[in-house]
Amino acid sequence: MPKAVEHFIHAINAAVKNKKPLYIRGGNSKHFYGGQLTSQAYDTLDIATYSGIVNYEPSELVVTARTGTRLVDLETILSEHHQMLAFEPPHFSENATLGGCIATGLSGPRRAYTGAVRDFVLGVRMLDGRGDDLHFGGQVMKNVAGYDVSRFVTGAMGTLGVLLEVSLKVLPLPSMEITLGMQMKESEAIDKMHQWASKPLPISATCFYNDNLFVRLSGAESAVHAARLKLGGEEIKQGKSFWQSIREHTHPFFHSGGRLWRLSIKSSTPKLLLPGQQLLEWGGALRWLASDENLNEKAIRSQAEAAGGHATLFYGEKSSAQVFHPLTTYMMTLHKRLKQKFDPAGIFNPGRIYSEY
Amino acid sequence: MSRFELISKLCSFLPHNAVLYETEDLKPYECDGLSAYRQTPMIVALPQTEEEVIKILQICHATKTPVVARGAGTGLSGGALPHNEGILLSLAKLKHILEIDPVARTARVQPGVRNLAISEAAAPYGLYYAPDPSSQIACTIGGNVAENSGGVHCLKYGLTVHNILKLRVLTVEGQAIEIGSSALDSPGYDLLALMTGSEGLLGIIAEITVKLLPKPEKAQLVMAAFNDVQKAADAVANIISAGIIPAGMEMMDKITIHAVEDFLHAGYDLDAAAILLCEADGMTEEVADEIQKISTIMQDSGAIKISISRDESERLRFWAGRKAAFPAAGRVSPDYYCMDGTIPRKRLAQVLRDIETLSAEYGLRCLNVFHAGDGNLHPLILYDANQPGELEKTEAFGARILEICIEAGGTITGEHGVGVEKLDQMCLQFKSAERNLFHAIKQAFDPDGLLNPGKAIPSLHRCAELGAMHVHRGEDKFPTIPRF
Repeated sequence: MPKAVEHFIHAINAAVKNKKPLYIRGGNSKHFYGGQLTSQAYDTLDIATYSGIVNYEPSELVVTARTGTRLVDLETILSEHHQMLAFEPPHFSENATLGGCIATGLSGPRRAYTGAVRDFVLGVRMLDGRGDDLHFGGQVMKNVAGYDVSRFVTGAMGTLGVLLEVSLKVLPLPSMEITLGMQMKESEAIDKMHQWASKPLPISATCFYNDNLFVRLSGAESAVHAARLKLGGEEIKQGKSFWQSIREHTHPFFHSGGRLWRLSIKSSTPKLLLPGQQLLEWGGALRWLASDENLNEKAIRSQAEAAGGHATLFYGEKSSAQVFHPLTTYMMTLHKRLKQKFDPAGIFNPGRIYSEY
Repeated sequence: MSRFELISKLCSFLPHNAVLYETEDLKPYECDGLSAYRQTPMIVALPQTEEEVIKILQICHATKTPVVARGAGTGLSGGALPHNEGILLSLAKLKHILEIDPVARTARVQPGVRNLAISEAAAPYGLYYAPDPSSQIACTIGGNVAENSGGVHCLKYGLTVHNILKLRVLTVEGQAIEIGSSALDSPGYDLLALMTGSEGLLGIIAEITVKLLPKPEKAQLVMAAFNDVQKAADAVANIISAGIIPAGMEMMDKITIHAVEDFLHAGYDLDAAAILLCEADGMTEEVADEIQKISTIMQDSGAIKISISRDESERLRFWAGRKAAFPAAGRVSPDYYCMDGTIPRKRLAQVLRDIETLSAEYGLRCLNVFHAGDGNLHPLILYDANQPGELEKTEAFGARILEICIEAGGTITGEHGVGVEKLDQMCLQFKSAERNLFHAIKQAFDPDGLLNPGKAIPSLHRCAELGAMHVHRGEDKFPTIPRF
């Protein structure tokens, strides 16, 4: 067993013994995201040093890496073999690690068309709250042996254990990619995105902002050319950097209000009537709302719920509002029970999702 | 509570023909698609509404009666094998398609709806439901969710877990909860992933919202014959390495080719050691492009014969042989036993050689059909259940195949589930701490262990008995090669 893993186990055992929680940290690029640790006293468990590719077989479409591996390094190696993480995870800093990417479960512009982080997770190696070294899933595409723990821990904000290694399905880089832009109103854009999505077109991202609809086409040259003719619009030369700015939130919109809300809702929902600026992604299924601090949390949450989804406070002062959408009483009980099974002493990242556990 | 009391309780709200308890009525339910395992249930309940299912669960919960859910009973691992002191809960009558939303491209359906019926209902909108297990004309979507079913197109379009948005689940207490949502993600833990493939152990699925995809403009198939399995396996790797994700990629070995050709006369090359079927779909222009590339790669990989489907009927004819592999096996042998391991593709040729050696050792023939794109192997062991000891020999052969899959870095089940069939192999694939966590997850949902007890996760006792054979996946199996 590698020294680092022994060290992690030791830290877990000590945390249980001393009843002092652990704050699991990769590159510290997404510390702003999620709830604050509920405990004042905690020890930090740094996983960034536990890095490296464990196995990569381009022809198997699978990569296994240690969770401290920087996303940028992983993506560089994949691109050398003309492959990619198809869920386009946001980095938010060059130090972002694979572990943080899996734990936060955030996906980028391609998500609505290719899948989310959890869709590409094939297996994990992790330490639970007993310090047990566990493997779930594997390095193969199809695996239904046992419960799907690997996907279950994805997006759990580190509350269920310390992720050590992750196996991911990777996809080939598209041989061609272009971005089209067209001017229209929001309601028309929502209609258009749905019309296109019901046809077999190689769309890989959509974004609506400020009366402009942006569409990215990715795939074989023949497919991209044919689709371009069907869609119309103007080709945007700086397409690549535009999508990068959406993925990494460097586009000015994301910092234009005091708070940024993320509303994940049914894609066909008409324009949301909430004060503040909005930016749409994922064919309408993701609505970012930049608002000021005074906007009523309840109004946002009830609109998101009415639209079949939920709202997350992404950026902004969190003391006066909850970050993640509240759960029903039954669901909260179930969450607490599951958390307790993985982490009986409650030492992993308490409060990073909900203050209750 | 006595059996009689339970029957009268059920009959108090269910029509009389929806509660079965006479021996001859129970008979049809004593097994699922894995007929080697049989067990007569105490009672079969056939509710027609969610309210009825809830009442049944409430009674079972109050009386601590085991509940085994069943859809169409096409499962191949004994997941719906009844419990002799339990109720077999058939969900086959909950078969309504509740809503199709052509704009958001979703369908909300009851668990007893057949897989293919969803695509048929979506067809007028140019949409379909992508996962297509071979049994799709019969199998139900509830069963698909319970098993996380795949199909021949899942390398490109994903498994059930990738194609569902929301579940309405009834807990063991009979409470309805929503898991997932109409959005692409949900707050809290990913219970949708946990529920999918949980083999009826965590809850009863009462409603499913699936994603629908636009039908591809065109699909076309390349059929290539190889005189060497290794070359066919290399062709698969070369296609993937060239950046192509085929819509489907299937391989058959020599013995399968012969069995199928005798049966169907599909025009397969009888000299071939392996036949590879590779499908491209999408826009017309891109399909033409991709088919050209695939053919060239097949050629360069040493194919001895290449045929490209000229039209839809020819494409279906090429597929027919592959789809007839099971019936063809049934024709050349009184019984067959279907295995379901998944391996890293690069180990294919070696694993097939190992299976051949075992086949000679056990004196049993074995056909190999293979979802080559995703490494899912379906060896069909041919046997005769009327020969004393032959089923036992077959099971021992099958167990060895699964062990080979584990050793190759794969898994004991790619899409058929563990059920009762692969409990022993679960002891090999998972360490006790991992199995303990599985039991703990089950407990979080079902503390009394009433839902499909004895399936999917082996008891500690069972694994302890197997102890002597226990081999762990050691770290040395996956050499660590830090790259930076």
